[in-house]
Amino acid sequence: MLAFILRRLAQSIVVMLVVALISFMLFRYVGDPIANLVGQESRISDIEELRQRLGLNDPFYVQFARFIANAVQGEFGISYRLQQPVTELIVSRLPATIELAFASAMIALVFGVVLGVFTALRPKTFATGVIMTLSLVGVSLPTFLIGIGLIYIFAVELQWLPSFGRGQVTDLGWWRTGLLSESGRRSLILPAITLSLFQLTLIMRLVRAEMLEVLRQDYIRFARARGLSKRAINFGHALKNTMVPVITITGLQLGSVIAFSIVTETVFQWPGVGSLFINSVQVVDVPVMAAYLMFIAFVFVVINLIVDILYYAVDPRLRVHGIGAGK
Amino acid sequence: MRKLLLTASVIALGAVVTPASAETVRWARASDALTLDPHSQNQGVTHNFNHHIYETLLNRDVEGNLIPRLATEWYIKADDPTVWVFKLREGVKFHGGQDFTAEDVVFSLNRARSDKSNMRQLHADVADVIAVDDLTVEVKMSGPSPLYPNNITNTFIMDKGWSEEHDVVEVQDFGAGEDNYAVRNANGTGPYVLQSRQPDDRSVLAWFDGHWDEKPAVTEIIYLPIKEAATRVAALLSGEVDIVQDVPVQDIERLSSTAGVKVETGPENRIIYFGYKFGDAPLKSSNVTDKNPFNDAKVREAIELAVDREAIKRVVMRGQSVPAGVATPPFVNGWTPELDAFPAPDVAKAKALLAEAGYPDGFTVTLDTPNDRYVNDEAISQAIVGMLGQIGIKVTLASRPIAQHSPIILNSDTDFYLLGWGVPTFDSAYIFNDLVHTKDGKYGAYNVGLYSNPELDAKIQSLGTEVDLDKRNATIGEIWKVVKEDRVLLPIHNQVLAYAMKDNINLAVHPENQPLLNTVTYGE
Amino acid sequence: MSAQETTSTIAAVAPPRSFLRRVWDSDVFYSFRRSPVTILAALVTLLLVGASVFAPWIAPYDPFNPASLNLMDGFTPPMSSSMSGNYFLFGSDHQGRDVLSTILYGSRVSLFVGVSATLFAIVLGVSLGLAAGYRGGVTDSVIMRIADIQLSFPAILIALLIFGIARGIIPPSRHESMAVWVLIVAIGLANWAQFARTVRGATMVERQKDYVSAARIMGVHPLRILVRHILPNVLGPVLVIGTIGLALAIIEEATLSFLGVGVPPTQPSLGTLIRIGQGFLFSGEWWILFFPAVTLVLLALAVNLLGDWLRDALNPRLR
Repeated sequence: MLAFILRRLAQSIVVMLVVALISFMLFRYVGDPIANLVGQESRISDIEELRQRLGLNDPFYVQFARFIANAVQGEFGISYRLQQPVTELIVSRLPATIELAFASAMIALVFGVVLGVFTALRPKTFATGVIMTLSLVGVSLPTFLIGIGLIYIFAVELQWLPSFGRGQVTDLGWWRTGLLSESGRRSLILPAITLSLFQLTLIMRLVRAEMLEVLRQDYIRFARARGLSKRAINFGHALKNTMVPVITITGLQLGSVIAFSIVTETVFQWPGVGSLFINSVQVVDVPVMAAYLMFIAFVFVVINLIVDILYYAVDPRLRVHGIGAGK
Repeated sequence: MRKLLLTASVIALGAVVTPASAETVRWARASDALTLDPHSQNQGVTHNFNHHIYETLLNRDVEGNLIPRLATEWYIKADDPTVWVFKLREGVKFHGGQDFTAEDVVFSLNRARSDKSNMRQLHADVADVIAVDDLTVEVKMSGPSPLYPNNITNTFIMDKGWSEEHDVVEVQDFGAGEDNYAVRNANGTGPYVLQSRQPDDRSVLAWFDGHWDEKPAVTEIIYLPIKEAATRVAALLSGEVDIVQDVPVQDIERLSSTAGVKVETGPENRIIYFGYKFGDAPLKSSNVTDKNPFNDAKVREAIELAVDREAIKRVVMRGQSVPAGVATPPFVNGWTPELDAFPAPDVAKAKALLAEAGYPDGFTVTLDTPNDRYVNDEAISQAIVGMLGQIGIKVTLASRPIAQHSPIILNSDTDFYLLGWGVPTFDSAYIFNDLVHTKDGKYGAYNVGLYSNPELDAKIQSLGTEVDLDKRNATIGEIWKVVKEDRVLLPIHNQVLAYAMKDNINLAVHPENQPLLNTVTYGE
Repeated sequence: MSAQETTSTIAAVAPPRSFLRRVWDSDVFYSFRRSPVTILAALVTLLLVGASVFAPWIAPYDPFNPASLNLMDGFTPPMSSSMSGNYFLFGSDHQGRDVLSTILYGSRVSLFVGVSATLFAIVLGVSLGLAAGYRGGVTDSVIMRIADIQLSFPAILIALLIFGIARGIIPPSRHESMAVWVLIVAIGLANWAQFARTVRGATMVERQKDYVSAARIMGVHPLRILVRHILPNVLGPVLVIGTIGLALAIIEEATLSFLGVGVPPTQPSLGTLIRIGQGFLFSGEWWILFFPAVTLVLLALAVNLLGDWLRDALNPRLR
């Protein structure tokens, strides 16, 4: 067990290092941060001097080593754009993104499971056909278009919901939440729906496929033969067995929801890490961009590690080979 | 019905968000201030925000004139043309309660011209700053500098004691990973005190009741950066914000015709122009490989004749621009209506000129344009591509965010480019120094096309120290004449700014795009 | 084009009758015939693909030729003529381009990018998946770990990064001519891992089977085993993922355009057209956004529906 976890940990560290190298390397090419830092007033000599001060003229490996050494201590330097410590910026933006990600994951999970079960239990009906087709519209529309459409309908034309931001937030000291005020909760609705549509389709189809699979299994047939009620079979046995892979997938997807929120946050001016990242890309704020990528990789590595260990604990067959946990 | 709905929701919002106080203004812009440190960034949005918290010695009104702020009088010392004297306002207090004195001005000007300050170019000619008494400051220049007061309208005054107390005497060295108290905290003399700030999200400012000026109509400002244009406009249409500063030109009509909303427009002090690569070396992006077509005056004339500025104004800019025949905004000293005249488009003549220059079939070239910096910059360039296509010049459009466009500009790595130029000093010398003078260490930083005319260079340098204003203006006129006849740059138009707001709010457009919300008045 | 016409064209150019008969009677085609939604999706796909392939002959104008544009034609509403006498069925945009023609040409760009990127992802993913599944061991670990890293980042983010690095490596003067290829590589590299995972799994199953062991003992070259025996067995799932991947690639291209990286605005894709059009949402020129958006959704939806049908058809257990 310990050996397995240690090996997984070592692999995770390698993953983090590779991501660090890639993100660090890529950003050197995205643009020239210097051109944005100096005003219209500045002269070539000033720019040269600024480069020197930022250490951008050092050899590549020196810059990378410095980057890693600092990153290990959670130190990603000062944002070129907002001139505040990057770690502090990301930490202050995280609650917004996490609340959005969880809200949308809940929407996706609830509606996805309900619709998935419905379509699995009534596979041949017209309603199922409509739901299955409509769910594809959700993945055929670019997120930004959905967002702008929702704003236009619900904020501008109907004026039911706010078009941007988080509304009234409450500062709990270490967490700024929008969930405690009405305007905060109302502000969450449109972006959460926008962000959830993609996952909703995914979960619904997964639930449907798993349900269909399970309903065909022998033990369900036996249950039917024993005369158990339909409800008990469908929800007591079939759905319960379906939920394990569904929850696993939803958990694994949480990391990508956080990253996926880049577009949604931009459209709704949601003050989370995704909009921080896009704002930084535009002015080539390298420290923020690098830290963001490292953060996303870290979230993913942690979630994967947890899932792997859980699988290991649950499924004895994996103990033979150890590697290549079935995801 | 629509109108009814709108009114109803406005009332509802008013009741929920701002109980019994009509003086709160929710002010939306495309981006946030970068920092509160007044000398760290020389950037318009940052200055605009900081102008509400900090104050400058002099400021500009909406007509572009210099007006007193913390200084009440300013003049060149009678017996020394290199010294500027500033008389300071009496009875001014900082938000923290400290008295405003000459020591604070000396401290702030020295901080602004220190190594890590991004404001230092504006104070490059300052030799020394001396406090003569509590309310008099003398600025000693390295030579006669008749226009220095134009440079200080964005240089904010900090309190010396407060800065020393919080260890912010030096401007933040963010490259070295240094944090700085002044980035997030402010202590100015301005009309508003910072209450709270979350970058990119919201900042709240409240009126400073110890301010020297009378109480403004707006006593609370909620500053809301909203990056997406569609979302920003939606927020105003749905009544969630009161003022939107960056309004897309195509939405002006819709907003003006919406009940309860009005739009103020006015010219900005910024010229949009195209530039060419000069010199004999062949262009990098052209099919003409033995010479540089742009170096031929006939080609430049043909291009000017192919460009239809009025069409760009009408379609691309929706009427929101002032077509220009000279590369300077009308606000600037040196501008004349004669210079600003431009020829009517004449495609036949343009083609003939091209043929005469030896390019009867035109040629190919790449145009570099930013796509997120100026109003509809990409669409303007796209329109030019079409217009030049009509005379046989096949232009490939290379469109990039300003972050990637800037290095190309600064390295002169382009054959043909679009750029905009603001003139904060309101004087032509500012344009000549950077855009016309031969590129060297000190001058011509944005002379991207590497145009070089030694005769003009000499005249441009003489402007810096000429104290006789009539003589100086005559030289400016001579320089412009050559620049225009030589077609060094291809000016297109001056940008127009548009602010949209609830229709009971009055706020005039500021030519530097630096409106002060304490000048807001209410009522029809 | 009606359904009858389509079938008759197919019949006219079709191989021997017996083959056609076999296709017509096959399980897969049976389920196709039985599903009106799928038939509709196939028709829409065919129509859009056909229209974009033949755009230069169908489109009333050539929007990619700047010299032919008249700026004063700008913002003409649908089904009306501009002052210069040009008629625009779907209206004209802010540059005086015919929206219908830009959609036809734009679909061409979108489809080209989508198809090429997906093919690239398939080739890369399938080869790596085969290698990982067949070789196992360290090869497997390395390839699958890379796939993990890749899957940990949303495709958009990866494409954004690859686009960024390409911009840095390629000299600025060549950016525009390379833009389409960079997009293809970026989107392709962002999507290969799905294929690799699926193929690896299937390969591992196949290689345990007797016929593979037999071939190996007989000394057949591994490459030959992979291509002749294993590859055909994994093609089904690859086809399904590929179809859905195509829809995804088209959407990704559009999103990249929205975020400001993509093809030049003078040669727009559907995504670029939507980015431009959304600026006119509030100003009344709805057609600049509406028609390209509808086209994009129709295209992605039709391809998705086809993928959906393929998955069900190729997986008999679900029926």
